Amino acid sequence: MIRIEQIKKSFGDVDVLKGISHTFEAGKTNLIIGKSGAGKTVMLKILVGLFPPTSGRIFYDDTDFIGLEKKQLRDLRMRVGMLFQGSALFDSMTVEENVRFPLDMFTNHTKQEKDKRVDYCLDRVGLKNANKKYPSEISGGMQKRVGIARSIVLNPTYLFCDEPNSGLDPRTALVIDELIKDITVENNITTVINTHDMNSVMEIGDNIALLHLGELAWAGNKDEVLESDNDILQDFIFASPFLKRLRNKAMGI
Amino acid sequence: MKSNIFFSFGKYIGLLGQAFSKPEKFSMYWKETLRQMDGIGVGSVVIVALIAIFMGAVAALQFAYQLDGQLIPMYYIGYIVRDLAIIESAPTITCLVLAGKVGSNIAAEIGGMRQKEHIDAMEIMGINTASYLILPKTIAGLFVIPFLVTLAAAIAILGGYLATVPTGTISDVDYIRGVRAYFVEYNVLMMYVKAYTFSFILVTVSCFQGYYVQGGSIELGKASTNAVVYSNILILLADYLIAVILTV
Repeated sequence: MIRIEQIKKSFGDVDVLKGISHTFEAGKTNLIIGKSGAGKTVMLKILVGLFPPTSGRIFYDDTDFIGLEKKQLRDLRMRVGMLFQGSALFDSMTVEENVRFPLDMFTNHTKQEKDKRVDYCLDRVGLKNANKKYPSEISGGMQKRVGIARSIVLNPTYLFCDEPNSGLDPRTALVIDELIKDITVENNITTVINTHDMNSVMEIGDNIALLHLGELAWAGNKDEVLESDNDILQDFIFASPFLKRLRNKAMGI
Repeated sequence: MKSNIFFSFGKYIGLLGQAFSKPEKFSMYWKETLRQMDGIGVGSVVIVALIAIFMGAVAALQFAYQLDGQLIPMYYIGYIVRDLAIIESAPTITCLVLAGKVGSNIAAEIGGMRQKEHIDAMEIMGINTASYLILPKTIAGLFVIPFLVTLAAAIAILGGYLATVPTGTISDVDYIRGVRAYFVEYNVLMMYVKAYTFSFILVTVSCFQGYYVQGGSIELGKASTNAVVYSNILILLADYLIAVILTV
């Protein structure tokens, strides 16, 4: 579980986040949604420690993340996995080497143990036969899956995904969503997903936080989305006239 | 402008401070160092050899032209080519060329990693990215560039031979006599002082330029250009300072 309290972030005179408090639950897919410029990416970067907040506190379970000593921070980060928007796979390494990289860097496992773990992770994301290929030789969807395999190879307690579906067709996006959801439940991971993909919201939104102009505009789950009368949420979810027509039809309006 | 230079210098020193810290895992750093040695060293042998052979050939021909008909004996050509190669042209010209080839490559590689979020990915894993990206490159540079400089010096002397002896400008015996005449070991020391200093400058300045890239392809191009320009300026400045310090 990750808890944030009154997180504020300013860049110069611009207040990007204006005091956000929220809890991201373990074993659930926690979504941060919002329009472009709402502060989602900044929020995610603060959560993983790439940006320091201007003020506020972040708790990874009972550990206060802000102000951790270097050693403690490193230990905590070994329990964190992240899937990047562009996958961020290392070009000079094969699929297998990319997944193996955190194991090589941080563990003293034997080669056999590492092989076994890499095979398991690649198998788990359905990529057992692509291990000798380079990132440039596989599709965007496969790259995302390699990114997921790399992010879970150290058995993380916390998983962060930045726009996991961007650039993917709806079918592949669904596969990635289901994969993240399954891995989250299987391993009781606290997963935080930054997205503006409506399919993800409706499919895997266990716990949704809507950011609007740097503030938390709404929080709930996928079942509550349709019932909510929050104008900002409705405006965001049913932005397209097509979806609006569908909603009105379903509600008999 | 002045404060900008001091700010950048402070940032550069800060980055070096982070880079030269204890590696997370020695074996991974060693593997990366070997990969960099291959990229910097093996990948540069041909260009260094090509430049060195012409450097020696041109020096020999031009000194032959200048000495022609004067009282200075012709075997001095070998002596001049040798000392010119060892003291100046091998370390300086080789490193200026490597700043263009290796330096721009390093800045583009690290800058590309920054833009494609590879560095962020490593940071989140808990890796000291400054160290993992800079230390192996610096060690590789310090190991292989002096070797390339030594090679360049030898090939430049050979270039001088090939340009003058087969064409009949000077005899084989005279050229070799010149190459062996008045040899001062201290000059070799000077060559290595320059080679190590210039290697350090070109690798670390290029890493610095790449590490702090922000924005898109235009900024990446600028960083790559800056890596070459600043490395060259600093190499020439260091060349002058070393000359002042080691020859007074």
